[in-house]
Amino acid sequence: MLHIVNKSPLDRPSLDAVLQTAEAGAILLIEDGVYAATKGSAGEAKLKSAGGKFKLYALAPDLEARGVADRVMDGVTAVDYAGFVDLVAEHKASQSWL
Amino acid sequence: MKFSVLINEGPYTHQASDSAYQFTKAALAKGHEIFRVFFYHDGVNNATRLTTPPQDDRNIVNRWSKLAEEHKLDLVVCVAAAQRRGIVDEGEAKRNGKDATNLAPGFRISGLGQLIEAGIQSDRTVVFGD
Repeated sequence: MLHIVNKSPLDRPSLDAVLQTAEAGAILLIEDGVYAATKGSAGEAKLKSAGGKFKLYALAPDLEARGVADRVMDGVTAVDYAGFVDLVAEHKASQSWL
Repeated sequence: MKFSVLINEGPYTHQASDSAYQFTKAALAKGHEIFRVFFYHDGVNNATRLTTPPQDDRNIVNRWSKLAEEHKLDLVVCVAAAQRRGIVDEGEAKRNGKDATNLAPGFRISGLGQLIEAGIQSDRTVVFGD
């Protein structure tokens, strides 16, 4: 399952919801969700504590639009929209945590 | 692969319509088929031809119309959500006694069954919203 998170962890607990309820799979951070992947943020600690249960991705254009593309935490792969499409195709289902 | 896209948020709100547009374009560029784009809840506001954003801003509505024309996309607006928000085509104007229409080119108004069908017919359905 691909879990899509589009809100900052400072705004809404949708990333928490994924980490607490989902067993495994991949998490794709888009829109304000990409803030979770910035070094030194509260989101980084949460993603690290998920202990490698999930493959982590963040949408590069959204990182760049927010000026945090050079502060992405280790373990997160930046993908473009084509990569977003590939992730959706690779996983049998996607869940947008709105 | 066959994709469908669901948009639940209006234009110029946060980013859902923009993200969905970029995703749809990227999927088409990769040779995937877009079975349908369904506009639901405030997402129906993406279908009014009466928006006039500043000239240096993206025109979200026209952008969808253009993409639909180029790729023969099926852009479907939920009828109940559209009625609530004043998105009207000729049929709806007649049925509900309205004096104008505002549905943008390339969109059509239909029912929720179209969303269910999209979910069944497509290999993947991706949701964009608030």
